[in-house]
Amino acid sequence: MHEATAAASSGLLARALKDAAASAAITALLLVPLVGMHATEGPSGALVLKYRFGLVAIFALLVGGLRLGLHLTVWRGDSARGAAPRFPALARLAGPAGDAAKPVFFAVLLLYPLLAVLGSGGLGPSRYWIDLGIYILTYVMLGWGLNIVVGLAGLLDLGYVAFYAVGAYTFALLAGSVPISDFFAGTLGADFWRLWSFWVCLPLSGLLAALWGVILGFPVLRLRGDYLAIVTLAFGEIIRLVLINWVDLTNGGAGIASIPPISFFGIPFSSGEGGFANLFGLEFNPMHRNIFLYFVILALAALTAVATIRLRRMPVGRAWEALREDEIACRSLGINTTLTKLTAFSIGAMFGGFAGAFFAVRIRFVSPESFTFMESAVILAIVVLGGMGSQIGVAVSAILLIGGMEMLRNLTFLKDPWLFGPDFDPSLYRMLIFGFAMVAVMAWRPRGLVSSRLATIFLKERKKVSGDLVREGHG
Amino acid sequence: MDIFLQQLINGLTLGSIYGLIAIGYTMVFGIIGMVNFAHGDVFMVGTFTALIAFLLLTTLLGITSIFLVLAIVLVVAMAFTGLVSWAIERVAYRPLRGSFRLAPMISAIGMSILLSNFVQVAQGPRNKALPPILPDVIVVWDSGSYAVTLAYKQILIMVVTAVLLFAFWWLVQKTALGRAQRACEQDRKMAALLGVDVDRTISLTFVIGAALAAVAGVLYLTYYGVVNFADGFVPGVKAFTAAVLGGIGSLPGAVLGGLLIGLIETFWSAYFSIEYKDVAAFSILAITLVFMPQGLLGRPEVEKV
Amino acid sequence: MRPWEQDPILAVDRLSMRFGGLVAVSDVSFRVGRGQVTAVIGPNGAGKTTVFNCITGFYKPSAGRLALSHGAAPSPSELDALTRTGRAAARTRKGGVFLLERLPDHKVASAARVGRTFQNIRLFSGMTVLENLLVAQHMGLTETGLLSPAALLNLPSWRRREAAAVERAKTWLERIHLIHRADDPAGDLPYGDQRRLEIARAMCAQPVLLCLDEPAAGLNPRESAALNELLLSIRDADATSVLLIEHDMSVVMGISDHVVVLEYGRKIADGTPEEVRTDPRVIAAYLGVEEDAVEAIEAEVGV
Repeated sequence: MHEATAAASSGLLARALKDAAASAAITALLLVPLVGMHATEGPSGALVLKYRFGLVAIFALLVGGLRLGLHLTVWRGDSARGAAPRFPALARLAGPAGDAAKPVFFAVLLLYPLLAVLGSGGLGPSRYWIDLGIYILTYVMLGWGLNIVVGLAGLLDLGYVAFYAVGAYTFALLAGSVPISDFFAGTLGADFWRLWSFWVCLPLSGLLAALWGVILGFPVLRLRGDYLAIVTLAFGEIIRLVLINWVDLTNGGAGIASIPPISFFGIPFSSGEGGFANLFGLEFNPMHRNIFLYFVILALAALTAVATIRLRRMPVGRAWEALREDEIACRSLGINTTLTKLTAFSIGAMFGGFAGAFFAVRIRFVSPESFTFMESAVILAIVVLGGMGSQIGVAVSAILLIGGMEMLRNLTFLKDPWLFGPDFDPSLYRMLIFGFAMVAVMAWRPRGLVSSRLATIFLKERKKVSGDLVREGHG
Repeated sequence: MDIFLQQLINGLTLGSIYGLIAIGYTMVFGIIGMVNFAHGDVFMVGTFTALIAFLLLTTLLGITSIFLVLAIVLVVAMAFTGLVSWAIERVAYRPLRGSFRLAPMISAIGMSILLSNFVQVAQGPRNKALPPILPDVIVVWDSGSYAVTLAYKQILIMVVTAVLLFAFWWLVQKTALGRAQRACEQDRKMAALLGVDVDRTISLTFVIGAALAAVAGVLYLTYYGVVNFADGFVPGVKAFTAAVLGGIGSLPGAVLGGLLIGLIETFWSAYFSIEYKDVAAFSILAITLVFMPQGLLGRPEVEKV
Repeated sequence: MRPWEQDPILAVDRLSMRFGGLVAVSDVSFRVGRGQVTAVIGPNGAGKTTVFNCITGFYKPSAGRLALSHGAAPSPSELDALTRTGRAAARTRKGGVFLLERLPDHKVASAARVGRTFQNIRLFSGMTVLENLLVAQHMGLTETGLLSPAALLNLPSWRRREAAAVERAKTWLERIHLIHRADDPAGDLPYGDQRRLEIARAMCAQPVLLCLDEPAAGLNPRESAALNELLLSIRDADATSVLLIEHDMSVVMGISDHVVVLEYGRKIADGTPEEVRTDPRVIAAYLGVEEDAVEAIEAEVGV
C-alpha cells in the first residue's frame, strides 16, 4: 500500500519534472532571439547586438519552477486540473444577496471625493485621487456603453473608440467654432457659448455618435460575428485616419487645444467675482472644478447604468439578448434582426459619444492619438474580464484594470538597483499586461468575473442563469 | 505609361508580401473557422527575428555573401516564427476550442497586443534600420525623363514568393498532411473518428501559416530595410483584406487578393493620395465584406436553418 | 372539391428551389386547409425542410408562388392581380393576402403571422422559460416597435401591456404543464419539455399558420400522445392552422386532416391519411422497400 503511494508520487514527481524541464526549454527557445539578443544602435549609428542570455535563463527557470510548483500543488491529481476557481463573493454581488451591499456601494461612490480629501489631507493633495476616480469612472462608463453592444447584443465591436472620438470632436469643434460663438454673443451674451457650450454639446455629441452608429452599422450588421469585428475595426481606423489627414477641419495630428473648461451650469470655476467659489462663499480652489467633473462623470455613468437596466427589461433589450442567443429563432418570431442590432449599436455609440464629450472637456485637448485601436481593445478587455452582460462585473473589472495599471506607475520599489534598476519603467508593461490578461481570462474564465445572468422578469423568484447556458455571440 | 509600369512592378512586389501573409489567415480560417487576429503580429515577430538573425550573421559571424545570409535568415526566421505560432495556438487557442464563438477572437486580440508590446519592451520602441540590402537595380525602360527600374530585391521577392507558393501548393495538394487538413476543414469530428490527428493537423496549419508569414517578414525587411514593433498591425489588416477579397478559405484567392491589394495600394498612392492609402485599404475591406463576403474565388455560404 | 381546396389558408403553386445545380424542390403545388392539420411527409432528402424554409421566408424560392390569406382565401383573379402588381401583400374583402416569397423572413412571421419551430430545437437557452415566451410577443407589445418611450419610462400603458403578455405566457405554460418551471433557464429543461416550449413560444406570437418541423422527433410514446393532444387543441381552440413535417406515423396518421407526400423534391401524393396510407406509390416510394417489407411496415403504422 505504502509502496504503491510512493510509486505514484515518484511517478508524479517524475512527470512534473519532465513537464517543467520541457516548458523551461520551450520558454528559453522562445525568448532567445528577441529577449536574449537586443538590436540596438552602436556608437557608429549602425545596429549592433547586445546579449542578455542571463535574463532568458531567469525567465526559463521561473516558468519551469512555476509549472513544477503547480504540478505538485494545484494540479495534483489531474482531475482538479482545469477546474476554474470561483469568486463566490463577486457572484453574490451580482445576485439578490448583493442588494444589501448596493447602498454601501452607492454611498462610497458619492462620498469618494470627501474621502479622498480627508484621506489625503486637503483639497490640493487630493487631486491625484480625484483624477484617478474620474479616470476610472470614464472607463466604467465606456465599459457599460460597450457592454450593451458586446455583452447584451453579442456584437463584437472593435471600433468602439470611433464613437468616443466622434463625441470628443463634436464638442471640441462646436465649442471652438467662432461663428456659433459670435451668434450667441449677439443674442445671449458674450460669454454664453464659452460657459454653456459643454452643456449644449453633450446631448449633441451623443446624438451625433448614435447617428454615426446608424450610418456605419446599417450596412455591416448582417455580417457574421468575426467579420463584423474586423469591419468595425476598419471603421474605427478609417475615422482616426480621416481625423489625422483632414487637417482643415481637425487640425490633423496636432489636435485641437483651447477647449473651454466645464462650468457649473453657467457659473465658471474662476477665482474672481461671479465665479463658483465666490458665489457659494468658498475660498477659491482649482480643485472645485475637478470635484465637479467627478460628479458629472458619476452622473453620466449612472445614466448609462440606469438606461441599460431599463432597456434590458424592455422589448428591445430582451430582443438583444435573444439575438445573442439565437438569431434564426429571433427571425422566426418576427424580430427584425438588422434593426434590433442597429439599436444596440447606436445606443452603445451614443454613450460612447457622451463619454467622448466629457473626455474633451476634462482634458481640454483632443487629438487622434487618444483614439487608437488600443483604446478600443482596453474597453473591450474591461467588458470581457467583467463578464459580458454584467454591469457590476464590468465596473469591478474597470476598477481592477485601470486602477491596477495606474498603480503600476507607482511601483517605484521596482526601480531599486537590486531588482530592475533605475531605468525600469513599469508603465511600459501596461499594454503587455492588458494583452496577457485578455488571453488569460479567456483561457481561465471565458465568461469573465461575473458569469451568470439575471433574468429580466420572473413569476415567483428571480433565478440566476448559469453562464454555461448563456450563448454569447451569434454565428 | 512609364509611371504606370513602375507602379505595376512595385505593386506586384508589395502584393507578393501581402499574399504570403494572407495565406496564414486563409488556412487557419479554413481549418478552424477563426480569424487569427494575431497573425499580423506573428509576421512582425518574423521580421524582427530576421533582423536579429541578419545582424548575428553579418556582425558576429562575418558572413559576407548576401545570398547565403538571406538563405540562412529565411530558414531561421521560418523555424522560429513557426515555433512562436505553435506556442500561441497551444496556449491561447487550443483551450478555447468548443468555447463560445467569440472567445478565440478575443484571445487572439489579446495575443496580438501581447506580442507587439512584448517586442516593444524587449527591443525598444524605435525603428530598427539596416543598411540597404541588394541596392542594385536594372533599368527596364528609359523614356528619357523617367527610368522604370526593377530592383534585384524585387526580383528576389517575386522569385522567392513564386517558389514557396509552389512548394506550399504541393504540400497541401499532394501530401498526407494536406489531405488531413482538407479532411479537418470538411468535418473535424469525422476526421478524428477516421484517425486523423486533428490537434496535430491544426498545430501544423498554424506553423505553416507562420512560416509563410516569416518569409514575408524576411522579404519585407529586405525591401524596406526597417522594422518597428507596431509594424504587424497595418500589414496584418491589409493581408486579411487580401484573404477576404480573394475569398477566405481559398489559397489561390489569398495570393490573388494579395496581389490586388498591393497593386491597389501602390496605384492609389501614385495617382490619388498617399495619406489616404490606408483608408483605401480599410474601405476595400469593408466594401468586400458587405457586398461580396464570399470574395472572388470563395464559395458562397448557405445558411443552415 | 376537397376540404382543403375550398378555403386554403396557404396555396403553394409550382414551388421550385435550386441550390447551385442541385434541385431540392421541383414544381410542387399543394393547399393547406384553414383550420386543418396538414402533414408533409416523405423520405429523407425529399425536400420537406426546404419547402418549410421557403414558406417561412428563410429561403427565397427559385420559382413559384406562396399565397397566404387571412380571413378567407382570395379568388384566383384577385390573386393573379396581386401577383402582377409586384407587391407582397394586399387587403382583400375578407382579410389580407400575403405572397410569402416576396417577404423577408421576419415579415413572414410578424405581418403574415406564420409561426414555426425547428428540427433542432432553437430556444433561447440562456433565458428563462418566461422570457422565451415574452420575446415571442414583442412585436405586438408596443405600438412604436421595439424602442417604445412608454416602456423606457415604465408608464402605466406599458405596464398593462406587459402584464397582458405575462398573462398569455402563463396561460400557455399551464397548457404545456410547465408553469412550475417558468423561472428556470430554458436550456435546463428536459428534451420533451423543450419541444413543447418551442411550440408554445411560436404560439405566443399568435400565428394564423403554425409550421412544425418534426415536432415528435425524439419523444417517447407518452410524450408523443401528449403532443397530438396539444396540436389538436391548437387547431380547435386557437383557430390556428397547422402544417407539420413528421416521420412519426402515429402523429401523422393520428391527427392529420390532409397529407402531402414528397419524394426527390416532387409531390407524389396528396389526400386524406386514409388515401395516402393505401396509395401503393406512396408505400413503395416513401418506405423505399420491397413489396414483402411493406406488410411489416403497414403492421407498424396500424393498417
